[in-house]
Amino acid sequence: MKRTRQIGWLLLSLITLAALGAGVWAPADYATQFREMPNSPPSHQHLLGTDELGRDRFSRVLYGTRVSLLMAPAAALLSTLLATLVGGIAGYLDGWWERAAMGVADLFLSMPWLFLLLAVRAMLPLNVAPITSVAVTFLLLGLLGWAASARVLCAGARDLRNSDFVLQARASGVRGLRLLAIHVVPNLKPVLLAQFWISIPVFIISEANLGILGLGVAEPLPSWGSLLRELESFTSFGFEAWKLVPLVLLVLVVSSFQIVLSADEGYA
Amino acid sequence: MKHRLLVAILFPLLALSSAFAQAGGELRFYLHSDPKTFDPLLVDDDASEAIRYLTGGVLVRVNRRTQQAEPELATSWMTARDDRSITFNLREHLYYSDGTPFSADDVAYTMQRLMDPALHSPTGDSFRSGAGAVRTHVDSPTRITITFPAPVVGMDKLFDQVAIVSSHSQNKERAVLGPFYVADYRPDSYVLLKRNPNYWRRDAAGRQLPYLDSVRLGIQPNRDIEMMNFRRGEIDLINWLDSEYFDRLASLAPSLVHDAGPGLDSEQMWFNQVANAPIPAYKREWFRSTNFRRSVSEAINRADLCRVVYGGHAQPAAGPVSPANKFWFDAKLHPPAYGPTSALRLLQQEGFQLQGSTLRDRQGNAVEFSIITNAGNKPRERMATMIQQDLGKIGISVHVVTLDFASLLERITESHNYEAALLGMVNTELDPNTQLNIWLSSSENHQWNPRQKSPETPWEAEIDSLMKQQASSLDPARRKACFDRVQEIVVEQQPFIYLVNKNALSAVAASVANASPVVLRPQTYWNIETLSVGVQTARKH
Repeated sequence: MKRTRQIGWLLLSLITLAALGAGVWAPADYATQFREMPNSPPSHQHLLGTDELGRDRFSRVLYGTRVSLLMAPAAALLSTLLATLVGGIAGYLDGWWERAAMGVADLFLSMPWLFLLLAVRAMLPLNVAPITSVAVTFLLLGLLGWAASARVLCAGARDLRNSDFVLQARASGVRGLRLLAIHVVPNLKPVLLAQFWISIPVFIISEANLGILGLGVAEPLPSWGSLLRELESFTSFGFEAWKLVPLVLLVLVVSSFQIVLSADEGYA
Repeated sequence: MKHRLLVAILFPLLALSSAFAQAGGELRFYLHSDPKTFDPLLVDDDASEAIRYLTGGVLVRVNRRTQQAEPELATSWMTARDDRSITFNLREHLYYSDGTPFSADDVAYTMQRLMDPALHSPTGDSFRSGAGAVRTHVDSPTRITITFPAPVVGMDKLFDQVAIVSSHSQNKERAVLGPFYVADYRPDSYVLLKRNPNYWRRDAAGRQLPYLDSVRLGIQPNRDIEMMNFRRGEIDLINWLDSEYFDRLASLAPSLVHDAGPGLDSEQMWFNQVANAPIPAYKREWFRSTNFRRSVSEAINRADLCRVVYGGHAQPAAGPVSPANKFWFDAKLHPPAYGPTSALRLLQQEGFQLQGSTLRDRQGNAVEFSIITNAGNKPRERMATMIQQDLGKIGISVHVVTLDFASLLERITESHNYEAALLGMVNTELDPNTQLNIWLSSSENHQWNPRQKSPETPWEAEIDSLMKQQASSLDPARRKACFDRVQEIVVEQQPFIYLVNKNALSAVAASVANASPVVLRPQTYWNIETLSVGVQTARKH
């Protein structure tokens, strides 16, 4: 188990390092179109060939990994914080607060995410730089993705509220925020961390899904979502295995997160 | 002796090929949705139009190759000088598929029904040029005169869309005069057409047409599955292929794909020139500047768009009419030559200055705008990204925004909250009268600045006047001169920056004999009567 966990961490570290050093390793700018060689196979000049507009695929994978791998944890952090605020406090306060908060969470869970994202995306200003569109996309994912985690955290907080040590603390006169900060939140930490790690691959895949619909990160900035669009037509990629690299990376990262997470849970 | 041997070898081969050409069989291809109606007068979607083409008998048929009107149920016709009346002489002794006889009464019944405002027939709308009712006068069972309340320009070719329905048959939708009739329909599954035993046309050898016994139209919206099933030999043709699929199929079986050259459809971008649009005033000023639009047009490398986005299966567009439209295309027009240097010079004349890598206007505003296009349309997204790089060379920063189609339409037609748009125009008709709703400044589809109370620019006023002149003229040469001038103004002013005309790409299995795809719809089966399907084993690729 320990070895698998180490492999998970190693893979995540290597991929993150490669993405962070994109400016150093990438042989070309991610936006430069070599129009004389669209869809070319791997060569010395273009290690993973070029895409349909002649852009160096290796460079785009590096930069795309940077975008997806850095923004997804940020969105996960935002959604976990929101989930803690809504779910944790609701579970702790009990009664009307809990019912109202969980009602809102259920409403969020029942909403058709995709259409909501489409609607919100359509309302945004058009004249925004690609980097802003990335931030907006992941911000939306973070703002909309807290509900499931909130339910888990609410249940955790409810258990803690009724636990013996919290009762004892109350009996000793500890109240309000002090009780929350000293006794409840520190004991919620394993659940919080688990929700944070789970959210990262979920948001990566969500962005990829939005990218496949053409609604994720704006051109020419790459992301895993936009890179995966090359595979959306199963007759289009044939035996060109190098086009599968973004998919392999996505699977590796998501699997690594799962391995690391399950290992962490095992130790928790 | 050698000659005899040659004849001995060739004769069986010729006989075999002739038999192959008339082998009958079942032709199979896909519709991309269920037909909304089987009533030929209510057709408003591609699937229903395909059924109408295959089953409907029309008075006049536009030959998809020559683009000329040819006699069909009518042996001849004569249009009155005022273009309000048309007299048809009809074929004798014709019968519907259910055995009911055909006569001028059926034509009268069809026209009355077609022009009934309560029916809301989209086909009927093409004939509606003025208020009032259509009048029909049956001179004899084989002669009828139809009189419209106002002149209908290019009337004879419009009858290509009017399938004559029976006035007497019990089952009017199923009684047809075309080569096939609807034998079975399973929603979401297929439409089965069978050979009309009473079809009137015969081939040169006197054999009754069509050669095919049946046509099976599967319902399949997914183009990947369509492509896969064509390769497996489960369907015989694909009427419309995109360039990516075309090249992939061409690499496997080059003899099965057909590039008929530029089609009627075009892809274009335009700037929002609406006076009260919620965009900054300085941007509206750019967009309303002819030199700005022309310089953007010149800075776009159309040849690259054709080569990279469409794999060479497109042509740089010159103007509103594709060269595929033989009569109405203005051959004097050519696509703008790619020239970032000349584009920049033109911009400098307008007061723009290139500072570093950023173009700025007189007030110092950096020139940047967004192009919206529909999400999921890969060719358009790629074109927008290439335009982004092309305009970057002259210091213009472009943001590519893909939106779902409903949001896109809302911005273009209602809120006008956009700066530039990239979309395509699907042309099914050859006559420019069908484009009146685009070119008249008062029209809703005058996309760059719709619903103008009076033309806001002199050139739009001139286009309005020319379009009205051509619509009211009875002289084809005069009409052509007017519309040529419209095309020239559009190329000079660039309200639409035409980018490419996509080629008409299709695929036909080797087992289909006599196929000869053309650019007009329906590209592959326009000559359905003479198609036949032969040996099934020829289909495996």
